[in-house]
Amino acid sequence: MNGNQLTHSICGMCSARCPITVETCNDTVKMIYGNMHSPLKGALCARGVAGKALLEDNERPQSPLIRQGERGEGKWRAVSWDEALDYVAQKITEAQNKYGKQTVLWSDREGPFADLSRGFMRGLGSPNVCSHSPSCDLNTHHACKAVLGLGRGMTVYDFANAKHLVLQTRNIFEAINLGEARTVMQALRKGCKLTVIDIRQSITSSKADTFHIIRPGTDYAFNLAVINTLISENLYNKEYVRAHTTGFDALAAFVAPYTAEWAAQECGVEARAITDLARALAAAAPQVIWHPGWMSSRYADSFQVGRTALVITALLGGTGTKGGIVPGRTPKDCGKPGLKKFVDLYPAVKLPRADGLGADNKAFDPGKGLLHKAFEAINNPPEGVPPVKVYMAWRHDPLQGFPDPDALKKKLDGLDLLVSATFSWSDTAWYADVVLPMSTYLERESIIAGKNGLKPQFFVRRRAVQPRYNTRADWEIISGLSRRLGLDDLAFDSPEAVWSFQLEGTGLTIEDFDAKGFIPLTDDALYIDPATYAFPTGSGKVELSSESFGKGFAESMGVSMLPPYVSPQSPPEGTFRITFGRVAVHTQGHTVNNPLLYEQVPENTVWINTDSAKKAGLKPGDRVRVLDARGGNMGEAGIKITSLIHPEAIFVVHGFGHDLPCESLAVDKGIADNKCLKGGLDLQDQGGGGLSLQEHFVSLEKVG
Amino acid sequence: MSKYVVTHNSAECIGCKACEVQCRSLHNGGAGAFFCRILTVEQSEPRPSLGFVYTSCFHCENPWCVKACPTGAMRRREDGIVYVEKKFCVGCKACITACPWAAPQWNPDTGKVDKCDLCRDRIDQGLRPACVTTCAMSCLGFTVPSEASQERRQHFAEQIQKLRPTTR
Repeated sequence: MNGNQLTHSICGMCSARCPITVETCNDTVKMIYGNMHSPLKGALCARGVAGKALLEDNERPQSPLIRQGERGEGKWRAVSWDEALDYVAQKITEAQNKYGKQTVLWSDREGPFADLSRGFMRGLGSPNVCSHSPSCDLNTHHACKAVLGLGRGMTVYDFANAKHLVLQTRNIFEAINLGEARTVMQALRKGCKLTVIDIRQSITSSKADTFHIIRPGTDYAFNLAVINTLISENLYNKEYVRAHTTGFDALAAFVAPYTAEWAAQECGVEARAITDLARALAAAAPQVIWHPGWMSSRYADSFQVGRTALVITALLGGTGTKGGIVPGRTPKDCGKPGLKKFVDLYPAVKLPRADGLGADNKAFDPGKGLLHKAFEAINNPPEGVPPVKVYMAWRHDPLQGFPDPDALKKKLDGLDLLVSATFSWSDTAWYADVVLPMSTYLERESIIAGKNGLKPQFFVRRRAVQPRYNTRADWEIISGLSRRLGLDDLAFDSPEAVWSFQLEGTGLTIEDFDAKGFIPLTDDALYIDPATYAFPTGSGKVELSSESFGKGFAESMGVSMLPPYVSPQSPPEGTFRITFGRVAVHTQGHTVNNPLLYEQVPENTVWINTDSAKKAGLKPGDRVRVLDARGGNMGEAGIKITSLIHPEAIFVVHGFGHDLPCESLAVDKGIADNKCLKGGLDLQDQGGGGLSLQEHFVSLEKVG
Repeated sequence: MSKYVVTHNSAECIGCKACEVQCRSLHNGGAGAFFCRILTVEQSEPRPSLGFVYTSCFHCENPWCVKACPTGAMRRREDGIVYVEKKFCVGCKACITACPWAAPQWNPDTGKVDKCDLCRDRIDQGLRPACVTTCAMSCLGFTVPSEASQERRQHFAEQIQKLRPTTR
């Protein structure tokens, strides 16, 4: 080899956390590629490769900052870590003394490295930990809970052995989790059929055997008609349904009116498209996956879209079955001890939550929380609950990820302290009182993570190079705060101390990770034994009508698990439903200022249907301004005219339209779809808790 | 003959640009200079299709760029790799004009031309070109023409076999 040093680590360019190898020489990164010991075998996506440019980026926060001017004014005082941490710890203590322990709110994007922060919040005595989930996967997470009893993290898609895969608003080849994308492609090579249901063409749909463009917001109708067909044509697996599910009769009665002919009208497809798909799935059963989605905070009924996706898979016998949707396995299932947990250092906090979960609503997962409701509690807390006055946004940018940033800023204005821990500038960091700059994933190590699934493993992120600026790893920041707040058990002095805490009782040492970067806990994929496995639902079975989950809602909330279909509003004359998605070279907003990725896609483009463009007098090469429901200008961009998007919708890639002057590449490029969603913080899917980000209408104005 | 060939299985390409970005991260040829490029071809008629084509340098047996170069900067190694010896390049762009695919790239920062050299430093260490190593879907291959041909024939044979109703 070339004498370069190899560090096996974990990518941090998106939330997929792919295993990488970083080749360095004299503390300089030479090349980043997929870990050769992992199934990636060198492969990596463009974002992972571009980590080099993130490291070299001198437009990221370079030292701790304390706000000088008004919030969002961009006037900062660079301070030492001691001063920054002293300041934050003192403010936390003051607020907790004044309002109560629960006044501290924490949000992050969860993932496998969250145990330390969860322990920290328990130590602080606040139950108010929320994830970004209402703007992402919460509807899917709760759909999985409602049908299988498993969270999204323990719901595993066995793509490798599937014979028919249905992707509905899951753009698997552009919103890339690389291991997953590769497995799907390998399955397609082996003959797995792919059906894609979306409102526009995507790279994923270009690989499909069958592709249906449906009217935006009608997925639930489509799925109800598939269930109806499976039952009315006796295509479902009666033996499986009898032995492993509950709620079939209620489901069958409920879907009876929703025929394929009815849904065809609603969705804008031929009835045959629905019946043919149901029959094709039955022919491939039980190795069938109807994917319940990932980013499912889209429509008012997206929870039901995910729920019915799982119900269809179950009716075909695909839940819990090899080649279908299966429960993840844990170290315990491999006969091995798990990692020692930081959360177990402190007792669970029993105080009422700022987001109201646990009172009327016992169905939703408090591990995810309802962050938009917790924001409400800054100024208007639920009765008997103290207000949120300290908010720690940890690698999280709700001012870009959540809708209607102007409304959210007004809520945040009620805080005594807003802290942003971040490795790149974000709208939330810019609005913060204190910025705690995190080292990039190439300059920091993380706690050891356990990955559950068909092949559970432990993996660890290692520091490949030393920090370029005065930044710290997350464990260093939490340890620094813990030391100041009397949480001595969480005040670690070295990464080795963190890791040896976690590995206690596992019989492993950190050196065991040196060879590969991860430790597999099993050689073979582990499947459940359907004869003995009990799904973690109330009944121990797959619940087709989600009886147990539904009982978690107080009757006064009026939430039904079998809600009648409501046809989505068509856009008022001259307007479009604004829809959003991903592109392979960007991770939401935080990669737009990366030079290697910026040059790939510097600006988003407004996709518009050919007929709509004609009507609006738009031609290829034109630029448009997007106006929100109140006529406000949300930025301008070029257009893509295509017949392969539904005429009711326009589409943009999310994450553009930055207005921070400190990001010289990203500033003023394209449209920030989240800004178009006026009032969006109050539009929530009642069944699943996700925000309804695609229930908004905008108009276009030709530029020039 | 040129010893190596980079193959591209476009059916499994998702146009993710990992190859381009890795190439750019290793050999920054200046703004707009892409030694390899994935081109997207999109059609809505007669039926919707979206495809990707990998383009780079073919490292020709008889490279017109080498003949066109007046200073001897454009060279061909014994193993067929065509590369630029940058210190001799005067920026005349004759190679770009001569190449039917305009593979040589202009570096506006240095005023010289540079191009894909198949990561010859990596090849000399027994590694594959960086674009091939990194390819997210492993749809780029680094091989020699005879093996590439054999592989394609094998794939064709398997497709044919699948269509046969019975085997005897």
